[in-house]
Amino acid sequence: MRLTMKVNGRPVVADRVAPERSLLRLLRDDLGLTGTKDACEQGECGSCTVLLDGGCVNACLVPAGQADGGSVETVEGLVDVPAVVILREAFLAAGAVQCGFCTPGLLVAAQELMSRRVEPSDNDIREALAGNLCRCTGYVTIIHAVRCAWRASREVR
Amino acid sequence: MTTVTGRPVALTMAGSAGIGASPRRPDGPLKARGEFAYSSDLRHPQALFGATLRSPHPRARIVGIRAEAARRLAGVHAVLTHADLPAARTTGLDRRDQPVLAGDRVRYQGEPVALVAAEDAVTARRALSLIEVEYAVETPLTDPWRSAFDPDAPLVHDAYDNVVRHQRIRRGEVAVPAAVVVRGEYRVGMQDQAFLGPESGLALPAADGGVELFAATQWLHVDRDQLAAVLGLPPEKVRLTLAGVGGAFGAREDLSMQAHACLLALTCGRPVRMAYLRDESFVGHVHRHPAILRYEHGADHDGRLVYVRAEVILDGGAYQSSTAAVVGNAASLGVGPYEVPNVLVDVYGVYTNNPPCGAMRGFGAVQTCFAYESQMDRLARACGLEPLEVRARNAVRQGSRIATGQLVDAPIPIAEILDALRATPLPPPADPLDPRDLPGGVGATTGGEGVRRGVGYGIGIKNICYSEGFDDHSTARLRLELRDDGPMAIVHTAAAEVGQGLLTVLAQIVATELPVERVEILPADTNVGSAGSTSASRQSYMTGGAVQAACAAIRARLAAVATSLFPGRADVPLAELLRHGPVEETREFHHRPTVPLDADGQGASHVQFAVCAHRAVVDVDVDLGLVRVVELAAVQDVGRVLHPVSLAGQIHGGSAQGLGLALLEEAVVVDGVIRNPSFTDYLIPTMLDMPEMTLSILEHPDPHAPYGLRGAGEPPTLSSTPAIVAAVRDATGVDLHRVPVRPQDLTTAPPPEPWGWWADAGADKAAAVDRNHDREVTS
Repeated sequence: MRLTMKVNGRPVVADRVAPERSLLRLLRDDLGLTGTKDACEQGECGSCTVLLDGGCVNACLVPAGQADGGSVETVEGLVDVPAVVILREAFLAAGAVQCGFCTPGLLVAAQELMSRRVEPSDNDIREALAGNLCRCTGYVTIIHAVRCAWRASREVR
Repeated sequence: MTTVTGRPVALTMAGSAGIGASPRRPDGPLKARGEFAYSSDLRHPQALFGATLRSPHPRARIVGIRAEAARRLAGVHAVLTHADLPAARTTGLDRRDQPVLAGDRVRYQGEPVALVAAEDAVTARRALSLIEVEYAVETPLTDPWRSAFDPDAPLVHDAYDNVVRHQRIRRGEVAVPAAVVVRGEYRVGMQDQAFLGPESGLALPAADGGVELFAATQWLHVDRDQLAAVLGLPPEKVRLTLAGVGGAFGAREDLSMQAHACLLALTCGRPVRMAYLRDESFVGHVHRHPAILRYEHGADHDGRLVYVRAEVILDGGAYQSSTAAVVGNAASLGVGPYEVPNVLVDVYGVYTNNPPCGAMRGFGAVQTCFAYESQMDRLARACGLEPLEVRARNAVRQGSRIATGQLVDAPIPIAEILDALRATPLPPPADPLDPRDLPGGVGATTGGEGVRRGVGYGIGIKNICYSEGFDDHSTARLRLELRDDGPMAIVHTAAAEVGQGLLTVLAQIVATELPVERVEILPADTNVGSAGSTSASRQSYMTGGAVQAACAAIRARLAAVATSLFPGRADVPLAELLRHGPVEETREFHHRPTVPLDADGQGASHVQFAVCAHRAVVDVDVDLGLVRVVELAAVQDVGRVLHPVSLAGQIHGGSAQGLGLALLEEAVVVDGVIRNPSFTDYLIPTMLDMPEMTLSILEHPDPHAPYGLRGAGEPPTLSSTPAIVAAVRDATGVDLHRVPVRPQDLTTAPPPEPWGWWADAGADKAAAVDRNHDREVTS
């Protein structure tokens, strides 16, 4: 299968992609974009969260063919997005990064939450990020970081 | 070598921030940009993919292995079995009882039987399916009680008794009367470390016949020594570099893919990459020991403990791993932070055909803490005391002796910890305007009519550093040189940063000890002496101590250089001194010696003690059996705070793992087979499960430790579990005996506990039971 898509704003053509190949494997193994992590490959942990046409997906559950003609944003492509810059700073200041394996997926999901532009309550944050497992932090600092990032981003707007 | 993508890099901390501050972690920006390479991110253009064939049976003889079809598959470069091993055939942290590849038999489901290296992962896994292994299946021994005490139980290992270690604690009188007696039997299910970064790494054959390995581990040198034996190479030809670690929590103490990747790489003469999928990770590492714990506490009417008797069975599974040390901890810390004049404790660690168990955060102290804290609540009830009061009346203090007779010769401010917990305001009553605040959240099928609130407490005591005479040391090499005209300190250790923030603390120590603004931390590797394991909450203490010692040596060297080059001048700038050449010192740090426990479990076996306490507030829907933890408050004495933000992270994270054990996490093992090896079915807490936390940190320095610090990573994992279960009991009135607490444990009446176990287990244990006590509370 030949696939054409935009990944982080750049056109990508992938040849001879097996039909069962996941978007996660395409990103990590074929394109070398290892910022998207692989902890469960069952759609349970959220460490492979990317944006597909603007919406959060678990890349491990998306057949690569489903992204044909679409647009994919990974943590590498979102590095300079203002909301992600603010989130990243907030995560690092709050100590929300320990082993950090969950961090890229969390940042992608958190910026999607911030893009909804309605101030999230703590329950909203919990609900939006409940699909992203973290084993190190106990989440307390992550919620704190998202809250701080929201306030900071409101000042920027 | 430069073709390895994801090779670890040196990390720099700029801007001098000493201990007590919270500078940002040097690996943080890379991690948050997706640029930090974890062990599963390593790539090499010539790399093959390695995969492992595992036994589907927990106990079987291997009759034959046919691998020709796999070998013939296009793209397959090697298929290895036990017959192909070049040197040592077994590994192990203590007793080397675990085959690198199974030989004549398998002892647990998931045991590695054969290895494949192929062009890619899909081909490698296809090749695995072509290997035919003929098994003569046997009935597994899965009951740890039977393994310990049934003389007719089959041996798991022909060469060893099923009891890996039996540790007795005998202190005071064996049988003494008491006015109040409470008894209970408790069970702890199998918890998994469930780190997110799967077991993975990259092995490269070296030109000198050796091998270079990049992998995620907790102790580089102990891996290297085991690998050298397996590969038949001198240790210096096995070079390890720590690859990015996606969490550890104990499960990376034992070898997983390390030897397999190296064997394949040396066989094929090509780099080999391995990475487990999640289901393989569940069988590919050791777990927390499931436990059966039987406790009897005797006290006077005022709740003061007269005696504690306990029998604990820890299921070590098929191989020893660190079971012996876990038994030592469970025994020596098995009565908790309490003064007890008479102690009779027996802890058994046994082999079974269940999945192997070893290190996990809390290491033997977690299981006993759930039991003795449940007992303390029972005792409080029997004596008509508040839960905190009964604990305060029995608490050890500086100058006390614990159950092993060891003197507590450093501050242990338990009364203050309990007071701080008492003074922490309770959260406001439930106001479920938002259904997400109900147990079960939006998925709950009641309107919350049956929600009850409960409050519970727990406190636990944990040893820090390795115990029982182990000479636990760490090495640090420190270099000062000029870079861009300014001084730069370069720290080189083999200490594994597994996420806890060690690198930051090491840089802070350098900034505290030396007048440098910039500190570079080199990747951890075996080109420097051992740092010991990143476990036992010991790295700030041990590697921190080594860096502190190296700094002192550097200061002395600089003073000597200044005297010889600039006689009579007292204020030579550091940069000017370094213009005459870099200064380098290596120091090894040893903690004070400990001794093994004697036959009665007596002896100063521990380096240091640390204590954490929790209060849990829960809402329970008694109709649905669902629990929501509303708040966790924690109080911990850490001796000296090195990095406030990292410390809070350790307490949050440790508490979350304790919450998981209390309510969610269990690797369900049926007939030796893990039935839920996925994140779909093995539930770790999500953001919806973890509540807000209130922390109080106390600082009572330990005069024996660097900076007075006290290891902090493990204690929070002990006490949150009993606190949460106590709160659920408080809310429901249900007498809970096992963790995790399942919905059915709350909604259906528990079956009566089978009593008579003292009598079953021998006459000397039965002596105290039949004494006529004023009051008895039994389960």
